[in-house]
Amino acid sequence: MSATDSVVITGNEAAAIAVRLAGVQVVAAYPITPQSPVVETLSKWVDSGELRAELVRVESEHSALTVCIAAATVGARVFTATSANGLAYMNEQIWWAGGARLPVVMACVNRALAAPWNVLNDQQDSMSVRDAGWVQIYCRDNQEILDSLVQAYAIAERVQLPVMVCYDGFLLSHTSMPVSVPAAEAVQAFLPRRPPLPIVDLDRPRNIGQVTFADPRADAAGQLCHGYMELRALHQEALEGALEVIPQVGEAFGAQFGREGGGLVWSHLLEGAEVAFVAAGSVGSELTVAAEILRAEGVRAGVLGLRAYRPFPAQAVREALAGKDLVVVVDKAMSYGYEGPICSDVRAALLGSASPPAVFGTVTGLGGREVDTRQLVEAAQRALGDFRAGVRVRRADWINLKLREPA
Amino acid sequence: MKPAISEPAPQMFEIRWHGRGGQGAVTAAKILADAAFRSGFAGVASAPSFGSERRGAPITASTRLSSAPVRLHSQVSEPDIVIVLDDTLLGVANAARGLRPGGVLIVNTARPASALEVPGNVRVVTADVSAAAQAAGLVVAGAPMVNTAILGTFAAATGLVSMERLRDAIAASFPGPAAKKNYEAAVIAHDATRA
Amino acid sequence: MGTSNCGHEIAMSSPSAGEAGMTRDWRTERPDLAPELCLAVRQGKEACQLCWVYCPDVCVARGVPPVLDLTYCKGCGICAEVCPTDAIRMVPDDRGPSLPEVVRS
Repeated sequence: MSATDSVVITGNEAAAIAVRLAGVQVVAAYPITPQSPVVETLSKWVDSGELRAELVRVESEHSALTVCIAAATVGARVFTATSANGLAYMNEQIWWAGGARLPVVMACVNRALAAPWNVLNDQQDSMSVRDAGWVQIYCRDNQEILDSLVQAYAIAERVQLPVMVCYDGFLLSHTSMPVSVPAAEAVQAFLPRRPPLPIVDLDRPRNIGQVTFADPRADAAGQLCHGYMELRALHQEALEGALEVIPQVGEAFGAQFGREGGGLVWSHLLEGAEVAFVAAGSVGSELTVAAEILRAEGVRAGVLGLRAYRPFPAQAVREALAGKDLVVVVDKAMSYGYEGPICSDVRAALLGSASPPAVFGTVTGLGGREVDTRQLVEAAQRALGDFRAGVRVRRADWINLKLREPA
Repeated sequence: MKPAISEPAPQMFEIRWHGRGGQGAVTAAKILADAAFRSGFAGVASAPSFGSERRGAPITASTRLSSAPVRLHSQVSEPDIVIVLDDTLLGVANAARGLRPGGVLIVNTARPASALEVPGNVRVVTADVSAAAQAAGLVVAGAPMVNTAILGTFAAATGLVSMERLRDAIAASFPGPAAKKNYEAAVIAHDATRA
Repeated sequence: MGTSNCGHEIAMSSPSAGEAGMTRDWRTERPDLAPELCLAVRQGKEACQLCWVYCPDVCVARGVPPVLDLTYCKGCGICAEVCPTDAIRMVPDDRGPSLPEVVRS
């Protein structure tokens, strides 16, 4: 990356550029902090003609995703973006897009969910919809935002699944850093055009999205039609297939654009580590610094970053964490009533290993609480102390929490 | 004019900005990051303080300049350099908090450095940036826009970016005639900098 | 916005002045109340009081007329906007540290 081909831009600007380069045809979105600048930028480009897309103004996020579903059904390349309560507002349509197997691409600019109200970063929003059957990719920096959104269209259109590209609100969305912007022609070559699908074809009339039944049943020609359960089993298969497609698209991206496209996971100093941090998103960067500090203090620490969170890369996680004594998961979300979502998923995946490491959970950064590298280091030291004292089951460690005594 | 910071150059320079909502501190922080990247810093990052946005309310921004990609996303708490767009913020926002010993405090003020209440072991650099902005005709709604002009003082005080790269970064952020005016103000502020 | 008596487990509080710091420094205009136009004064009792109801920073005390305390007033102009008789106008204000002021007339 040199000064000649990189620009210093915010994560939101990087996202908007990716969408423009991908030749998106329909954009429908409703503003919400910290996503708003993405759509404002796209709207400006539609107005100037730099982006030849239909921008549909909607009154809510639910309608925004509905418009995307409709447009994707007829073959248009679509885009929407949202955060937190906006994501929650479109919840039923998130499930719809997944089950309808539509290649919708969405940027989720990670923000805390109300109540209480908070416009700042954490990952509770995207984590709350991890079950809905989308591909979920988490970005570490603004370069990954641009690159992952471009790749999202390739992934979505190949596996016929919606893709959610998640990046931390404010920490990435509003932070400027160098990003290499590829040439439009190179991206057009990387992303083949989707053929339009006629919705009204008098020679081949179709029902789309009709009711399904519990059991398969024979149609008028005696052909067996899948029931709900078969369709969902194939949905799950498609997501499992994405475990191969995501790295393939990453490799193809790397070959085309001359830099790492990204795979399912990334790692830093994991070789020979006794304790490994696991996280998704920009906190991974702070964790690489924390791991280096720990190594300098004599603790063999490393980091495993999850780029793909759904489908969950269980095999890659097992392989990366084999031989480690302790895993410290850094969640920026909670499954209230139990523990952090990444923590549960990692621990469950590791139970398939020969001698699984202990897994301790930590929660950090909720509602934009500052993530302090030193405190991440101390959290790892506390975890190691507990582990060496024989602890194997431990309540999540809430980092940088500031509770006061009740009045 | 001494260009270098008094300490041996660290690998990363952490800069904190103090302004009021509407003064353009966030834009200036981004332009500085851009100018530094063009000057050869491999890693730059610039971010506003994240909170309620309101004209007139004190805000901060953080810029990091490094020889390697920047991996921290937190706000700068122990800056090497503090830039203050409005001298009323010295007291109100405790602008010098956390400033490292031997660090540089850059203040837009017409007052002499001796009249400012600042800690002892800090190098104070002042310039009447408001006057510089006014001289260049950079006035919006009756108030001088000092955010880009103060970058000229930053260049003079630290030598971390050149005026040429600053001009390129300003040109990338503003349309033609506005870019020219903003750069002119930066040059006036640069020349008026009192170390 | 001023708050106190913060809830322990939920986001709830009692409005009070000054919690957001020296918000007086934010303003470039301040409210000026003309008592002869105030509904409460004309009716000789604590009527209307909409400026007290709407001030987001607890800078108005009920009265005949209501009393504006500019110590924390951030110059948002909501009081002038809601006053049904335009008894309150916003006038230019010199921003800068100054002594607390209570405007009675």
